[in-house]
This record gives sequence, C-alpha cells and structure tokens, in this order.
Amino acid sequence: MPRLPDLQAAFSAALTDPDAAVPEGVTAPRGGRADKRFAVYRNNVTVSLVGALEDTFPAIARLLGDEYFTALAREYVRAKRPSSPFLAEYGEDFGDFLDAFPPLAGYPYLGDVARLEHAWLSAYHAADAAPLDPARLTAISESDVGDVRFTLHPALRMVQSRWPILQLFEANRTGEGKPPADLSSGGESVLVTRPVLDVTLSRLAPGASYFLNALAEGSTLGAAAGKAFENASEFDLAQALQAALAAGAFADIRMPD
Amino acid sequence: MSEKNTRYRKIEIPARAGVGLKAQHYRDVLEGAPDIGFFEIHAENYMGAGGPPHAYLSAIREFYPLSLHGVGLSIGSHGALDKDHLARLKAIESRYEPGLFSEHLAWSTHDTAYYNDLLPVPYDRETLARVCDHIDEVQDTLGRRMLLENPSTYVAFEQSTMSELDFLREIVRRTGCGLLLDVNNVYVSAVNHETSPEDYLDSFPVEHVGEIHLGGHAPDIDDEGRPLLIDAHDRAVDNAVWGLYDRLLQRAGALPTLIEWDNDVPQWAVLAGEAAAAERMLAGVAQGTTVHAATA
Ligand SMILES: [Fe+2]
Repeated sequence: MPRLPDLQAAFSAALTDPDAAVPEGVTAPRGGRADKRFAVYRNNVTVSLVGALEDTFPAIARLLGDEYFTALAREYVRAKRPSSPFLAEYGEDFGDFLDAFPPLAGYPYLGDVARLEHAWLSAYHAADAAPLDPARLTAISESDVGDVRFTLHPALRMVQSRWPILQLFEANRTGEGKPPADLSSGGESVLVTRPVLDVTLSRLAPGASYFLNALAEGSTLGAAAGKAFENASEFDLAQALQAALAAGAFADIRMPD
Repeated sequence: MSEKNTRYRKIEIPARAGVGLKAQHYRDVLEGAPDIGFFEIHAENYMGAGGPPHAYLSAIREFYPLSLHGVGLSIGSHGALDKDHLARLKAIESRYEPGLFSEHLAWSTHDTAYYNDLLPVPYDRETLARVCDHIDEVQDTLGRRMLLENPSTYVAFEQSTMSELDFLREIVRRTGCGLLLDVNNVYVSAVNHETSPEDYLDSFPVEHVGEIHLGGHAPDIDDEGRPLLIDAHDRAVDNAVWGLYDRLLQRAGALPTLIEWDNDVPQWAVLAGEAAAAERMLAGVAQGTTVHAATA
C-alpha cells in the first residue's frame, strides 16, 4: 500500500501523462476498474489549465484558431504546470514556448504577441497607484529638471518587437476578426500602462524604451535622455516625456538631494 | 482607486442564500443592488496586488457580507503548505474581513506544481494527521476558525481505513475547525460510490456546520457503464440535490447557503433565481429551529 507521499507523487505524475496507468491503490467502489474515473481528474486538470491559457492569450487563440490553440496549449500544460494557484501568473513563458515550437517557425511574431498579452494581464493585476500629475514636473526649475528621478507606475510594462505586435494584438482581440496586420510595417515597441482601471497600450517612439528603462533603473532624467539618444539619434525628449506622462507611466518624482 | 485605508467591520454571514461572485456580474450587483444574503469569493481570483478585481470587490464589500472560499490551499497535500500562498490569503483576509473562511478536504499541489483541481485523499491515519497539521497552521495564520468542505470524489483508495464522516469528525475534534456541507458534493459522491446520500446527511455532524453549498453537476458514466456524476458547477442545482437540501434543513435548521455556478456562468437573473429558491426553503424552516454556533 503506497504511503501518502508516494500516492500523491504517482497520482500527480499520471494527471498530465495520458499514457500513464491509473495509480496503484486507486479504485472504483467495490474495487472495479477506475480508468474513466481517474480520467475525470486528468481531464479537469488539462481542460482548466488550457482554459486559463485561453483567457490569458485570446489574440494567440484567434491567430491560431481554437482547435490549433487547444492542441498547443495541451502541449504546454504537459510541459509546464503552474507554480502557484494564482493563475494570472501562469503562462509567463508561453511566448518562449511559442518561439521554440518548431511547427510555428513560420510565425515568428507569435512569441512577442504572447508576451504582450501576458504583460496586459500583469498590468491588469498590478498594484494601484495614482499617476503622476504632470504639473509636478512643470513646477520644477529648468536648472534642476535634468537631475530629477522618477518612480515608475507599478502597472508599467514594456514589450519590444521586430514585428507590429500592437497591430496584431488589437486586430485579434477586438471582435472584428480582421486578418493579421501587414507584417512589413516594421517593429513596434509597446508601452503597457494602467493609470486607473483600464489597461492602455501605446506605441513607443524610437528611443523611448531606452529612456523609460533607464528611468526604471534609477537614472536621472538627463542621464536617461542621454541613454536614449545613444541608441536612437531621432529620440525626442519632450515628446517622449509628454507621451509617458499622458499614458500614466509614472507614479512619483524625486527631486535631486 | 489608490489604497484606501478602509477597515471593514466583520459581518457575520446570515442564515440566508448567497451566491458566488463572478466578474461577469460585478455591474449587475453594483447597479442593481440585489437583495442577496451574502457573496462568496474564490480567494485565488483576488491574489493580484490591485486593479479592477479589487476595485469591484471593495465596492461590493461596502454593501454585502462576504465569505472567503479558498480553492488552492491544498490542505490534503503530504507536502508543506505553500507559505507564499498562505501569506496572500492572509492579506485578503485582513483586507476584506470576511464573515467566514472555508477550504476543501482535497489537495491540488505536488512538488510546487499546482494542478488546479480538487484531488481526493485517502481516509487513513497518516493523511488525517497531515490534514490536521495543515488546518492548525491555517487557523493559526488567519487567527480564526475555518470551515472544511466535504469533497465530491470519483475514485476510492484501497488504503482508506475510515469513512469520510469519521474522517471529518476526527478532524473537527482535533482542530476545532467547523464544516462546510456541500450537498451537491454529498449527492455526487454518493452516486459515484453507490452509497446513500440520505444516510450520509442524516449522520453528518450538523452542529459543526457553518455553511451549506449547492451547485450543479454533469452526468457521465464510468468504465462499467454505471452513472458517474461530475461536480461541474456549470448548471442549475439538480432536483435530487434540492430534495436533500430540504431534508437537511428539517434537521439542521436554517444555515447560510451558497449557490455555486462557476462555469458557463448564466445571466445574473438566473443565478439570483436559484438563490431565491434556496431562500424560500430557508424561510420555511427559519422559525423555531435549532440555533447554530458554527458560523466562525
Ligand atoms: Fe462547494
């Protein structure tokens, strides 16, 4: 008779392995075969986790079609179980899984679209904070402004891509069923924010992701602008700052010591 | 939506009908202000730091008693409870001051992998000790008594040495926890194990019950072609379950009763109709019945 740890090890291993036998000691009433009975648990696990992925990645499901998505999600579930009961965190590396899935090699943008969908959900559940009032910045004297630092909003996320992922995301999340966007339209870096309740996506201008990343790491406004210019000569500081403020990218501002 | 320092007054769950709160119904509840005894939430749906789930729940919590129901604590695991999960549960409990907290006699986590289903445990001494240790830890962490829910199961274990009822009674005796009696689970398990749901209910230790669950199940068949019921929570409460509920109320008196409908969630009016049906039956027994001390 297996002890509890062995029983649960065998039971859990068989849950995501369709070829595994019913674990020893698991029976129907009066000791009959329990294959179909055990399959109820197996089915519950797979269907509920596939459903969780479908909830998190509706644009991917739409791009691939329900049938293909379900088969793919089953593969993912077999490879990877959630590490916590907070299922909004499940599928964090679904984008990497798509990138590495050989049959999808002809669809190289899927991984980035998945990362954007996960970032959307992560922003949705992120901590609440009031977005920075732009007046706080305009009140700072010109001689000091280069030395201020920002606290980024807790819901801010960024996803960079060589593909037009914002167009792909929007075309496949809204109910209009548009065909995939023109892939030759160039890459998009997307800013994800949630200033109050609604998650908002906006396209980042050239250099803006370097700028915001530098601010996130604690650089001053001046240093972050320098970093952005180094990487994108067309970087427009006033425009980037204005767009970030409007999107609710910041929660607070810190004056030089 | 910025962090309001609201402290809710803990409101006891009344002996009325409540419903499981679904995101699809947030607006119906806030705009329609329906007369519902209480709302129950799955703790796992509110484990993010902020955002719309908390905004809506906070607004609803202003007007209704709240019951907190965990689905992922894995009390029946051989392995230790997930400390991070327990901490998040404690944070929700402190934030919303629910009238009660309940969890399942089941496991869902093994070696850090979460299976998102309520898996069955064998009823033996080793498992009993484990479950009791975990309930002690939960009750110590939350600083309150919890209710443990009877499971619906599809398989049996050769190693079980006790009946489910003896197992539950012993847990209550050792830990001081209360019980959540899910009447649909009673029926599902009785059909699946070819036992009598009436006998089970008639000997259930109702003096420890703080809440009742009612929900819908889906019919299937097993390997031998015999009926196998699935605890699907995807439809209305079955007539057989309403009958058992009536029988239970005659013996136990009115108790807080939750309608669970988690999949294929219907329009608000349909769910409210189920709650109204339970409420009519509760009203029928509310007068002159035994008093219960079990609403933790
Ligand atoms: Fe239940």
